[in-house]
Amino acid sequence: MKITVASGKGGTGKSMVAANLAWSLSGSGQVTLVDCDVEEPNLHLFFAADQPSVSTVTMQVPGVDQDRCTLCGECAGFCAFGALVVAKDRVLFFPAHCHSCGGCAIVCPAGAITETARPIGTITEQRISPSLRLVTGTLNEGEVLAVKVIREAKETAGTGGWVIFDASPGTSCPVVETLEGSDFCLLVTESTPFGLHDLALAYDVASQMGIPSGVIINRSDGKDEAAHRFCDEKGIPVLAVIPFERRIAEIQGSGDLISRRDPFWKDRFCAIGRTCRSLVEGA
Amino acid sequence: MRICIPAKGPETGDFVDERFGRAPYYLIYDTETGKTESFRNPAAEAMGGVGPRAAQALLDHEVNVLVTARVGGNALGALKAGGISILLYDGAGRTVSDAIAAYRHGGLAEQ
Repeated sequence: MKITVASGKGGTGKSMVAANLAWSLSGSGQVTLVDCDVEEPNLHLFFAADQPSVSTVTMQVPGVDQDRCTLCGECAGFCAFGALVVAKDRVLFFPAHCHSCGGCAIVCPAGAITETARPIGTITEQRISPSLRLVTGTLNEGEVLAVKVIREAKETAGTGGWVIFDASPGTSCPVVETLEGSDFCLLVTESTPFGLHDLALAYDVASQMGIPSGVIINRSDGKDEAAHRFCDEKGIPVLAVIPFERRIAEIQGSGDLISRRDPFWKDRFCAIGRTCRSLVEGA
Repeated sequence: MRICIPAKGPETGDFVDERFGRAPYYLIYDTETGKTESFRNPAAEAMGGVGPRAAQALLDHEVNVLVTARVGGNALGALKAGGISILLYDGAGRTVSDAIAAYRHGGLAEQ
């Protein structure tokens, strides 16, 4: 059962929901929590873990054999991202622009381009408990190919048991890559015009990908009419309303989890997980 | 010598475009013949990698000197590697003819 936690807007509580959901479900089954917010992963802050195992994520980039190169310009003409420039006497490569499509090596008539691996990030695996594993994707500073790191984090996570993906904010490629293949999308929103606006965008992405959604309203001040109205109109179930409470903020702010401190919340998050599964299996 | 001036239009009477990579047109003034020609910047509307792609267009058109307000880092590397020198000219509100006159008058600083 693969669940992506997304929101559109940043700061609504995606990581909080993902971490609590994973922790709660791991009380009765195998869970893998995957931090797909690779530009600033932070789920590890909630957990004390054993020695992490770290592997490197690489992307294929062109290497030009200047002796074979005839300076014909085919590669630079093909590159849609301006990563290659053919100067008078050599080919210049701008690695930050390369999207690793491999096209330059294919179009080169002189066979002067071979691809080489360049590190762009890491995948970190940690065992939190016998039933909970954390996989963290980290994109190196200055790199752009977040989707590659997310894809490898997902591969490392595998498909066994519950797999909970924490997406990045927004609705662009990294979020789409995270959602790809998920059974359910858990949308975390807050009752502000900004939260609601971005909830609509995120819902649109999930529904266009054919992934059923449910909503969690977080930091609720009890005036959630607009969010409920939106969910009613779209037929999206509201799975939980988490109140804006000092106690919750204190637990969260200390780096702890409300489900670890309070059996009530552990039960609530287990129930959210079960509802997600029944919505998928009933669909 | 072939001198390139980024411009908002294809004629010498058109305004200079201060953005090198995003300029819609490039005018080339040939110091030997005194003639000018122009071509559309193929990278003007591109999403990314505009600097290197614009630099490539100038290299393809055998430009020797670029006269412009400023050039970003990636384009700068490509232009220098291609042997194109850059002369700084603040073109705000000026036409391509003005820029050519400023080049011929001399004294423009090199980037």
